[in-house]
Amino acid sequence: MSEQIKINSETLIKCVGLSKTYQMGEQQVHALRSVDLEIKRGEMTAIMGPSGSGKSTLMNLLGALDVPSSGELYFSGQNVSTLSDDDLAGLRNETIGFVFQQFNLLSRSNALVNVKLPLKYSRHIDFDINERAVECLKLVGLGDRMDHKPMQLSGGQQQRVAIARALACKPSLILADEPTGALDTKTSEEIMDLLVELNNQGITVILVTHEQEVADYAQRQIHFRDGQIERDERKAL
Amino acid sequence: MKFGVALSSALEALRANPLRSFLTMLGIMIGVASVMAMMAVSKGAAERVDQQISSLGASNLTVRPGSSRRGGRSGGANSSPPFTDKDLESLRNEPYANAVAARNGGSVTLVSGEENWSSQAYGTNTDYFISQAWGVSSGEIFSEKDVRSGAAVAVVGKTIADTLFEGTNPIGQSLRANNVPLKIIGILEEKGQSSFGSDRDDLIIIPISTARNRVLGANRTTPRHVERIELSVADGYDMAETQTLLEDRIREIRRIKPGADDNFRVYNVADFIRARSSTQATLGILLAFTAAISLIVGGVGVMNIMLVSVTERTREIGLRMAVGARKSDILGQFLIEAIALCLIGGLIGSALGVGAAHLASNLGGFPVTISPQIAIIAIGAAGLIGIFFGYFPARSAAQLNPIDALRSE
Repeated sequence: MSEQIKINSETLIKCVGLSKTYQMGEQQVHALRSVDLEIKRGEMTAIMGPSGSGKSTLMNLLGALDVPSSGELYFSGQNVSTLSDDDLAGLRNETIGFVFQQFNLLSRSNALVNVKLPLKYSRHIDFDINERAVECLKLVGLGDRMDHKPMQLSGGQQQRVAIARALACKPSLILADEPTGALDTKTSEEIMDLLVELNNQGITVILVTHEQEVADYAQRQIHFRDGQIERDERKAL
Repeated sequence: MKFGVALSSALEALRANPLRSFLTMLGIMIGVASVMAMMAVSKGAAERVDQQISSLGASNLTVRPGSSRRGGRSGGANSSPPFTDKDLESLRNEPYANAVAARNGGSVTLVSGEENWSSQAYGTNTDYFISQAWGVSSGEIFSEKDVRSGAAVAVVGKTIADTLFEGTNPIGQSLRANNVPLKIIGILEEKGQSSFGSDRDDLIIIPISTARNRVLGANRTTPRHVERIELSVADGYDMAETQTLLEDRIREIRRIKPGADDNFRVYNVADFIRARSSTQATLGILLAFTAAISLIVGGVGVMNIMLVSVTERTREIGLRMAVGARKSDILGQFLIEAIALCLIGGLIGSALGVGAAHLASNLGGFPVTISPQIAIIAIGAAGLIGIFFGYFPARSAAQLNPIDALRSE
């Protein structure tokens, strides 16, 4: 099932010649053209680029929501391209936490139930679901808002619930797609501080953003254009 | 699929939209309720028929003289010569005959003191009580000795006991039947109305000899005549085969030449009632079938709402997939939602159906039989409809692409 390749244990994600082509009517759209990329464990990376540059496509592939048209994507040495739908679901559940621009919380359910959602779908849980969800909510500073429904929470608080949900299954990667896109400046800063803090605790973070201020929180910035990497910069430490 | 998550998500969704859930269930509720009510009524009718058959003697063959023909002219029913006590004795030796009852009937005017009453009298032998599985509620029936001697005794029906002897015990008292004084020795068990609506307790039963000699009168050409034979067939004999054997035997007794027409007829009472009630049963089945169609229409309603629900919740489905729900989890969630709708609708519907059946029984006087099996079948059918009509919407939810689903508005 899983092809193992020789991979540095420090590497979480490795893309080799990663390409994605969509068929739009008669036309073929090359959203990604043979991208080679390596992301180390514990890195905080911002992926930037104008719309249509391929950054969302890359995000979908890195999030195991989609499979590449050609090329390989390795997640901890495991070739994602060969996984079945169920295995992809398992991979998303156990190793990836998603944070979306629009939060995507279940509006009918309170914060605690929202955080428990990924835990309930998990097949390999050796800890108490309820305790873990409470722990995650406390970690994002919402220990006193657990029974609030999304409607009763501010935008920043909703995004915190979403981050707590992303953390629930103890992921090795958090994928944040425009996490501050729907928030004001001050709240954005709080959310970014939280993501940096999680990164400091050892979780790999990948941000997709078009805001330079947000990208500046990351040590590494990758710029995309026309489906290819334009620049790949690391902040000098 | 993780069943617990699917179940809790499904119930959560139903609670979130109570009015819609209720309206969706309504079709199933009405369908199940009408199936239940129809089946209860038709089962009740069938059971009443069975009851009637057994009260008439389920294993009885009735023999009556047929029409006689002379020179091409039909003499009409019962115009052939009647049977006699001797015929009765011959039939009694047949192995299939459990009891061979004779019955002569006629109308009588009953007088007791100041009261008088027009009624029916049956002159019978003691086998009659065996063949009809009929006994007395008090007193006793007459004996074979009474039959031989032509004793002036009578067993009266409850209606007569009530009308002529209001408030007093009729046993031991006497009444006059067509001016013949008779001593009442027993009161018959109550039988109620016949399927034709006549009162089966409005009669007196007297020894056949007493009837012939004094109360109803003898036949001018045939001494010791018997108008009608009720032959009770012994256990283990097939009714249809026995009927043929009996017909052959009677042809012998009546010396009918081979090839000549029978001058008698053998009836199977149970067949007669069943034929008459089969129309009722057909109607019941037709009504239940119509009700089943309404159940299917209810299922289509469930499918419709489930499709709307899937469209509305596309984003939620995308999110669930992103956090690790498998296709089977999503399929299960929506399938369980549809099944739960149908099962809850089925439960409420069967309660309504029981209510409707009781109402029909109280207001319309229909006999109803509500059995747990019918409820289980109706609710089970509702569940199957949930699976059948819920599968397509659930599958379309499970087949969604997580990226497109997440992006939908």
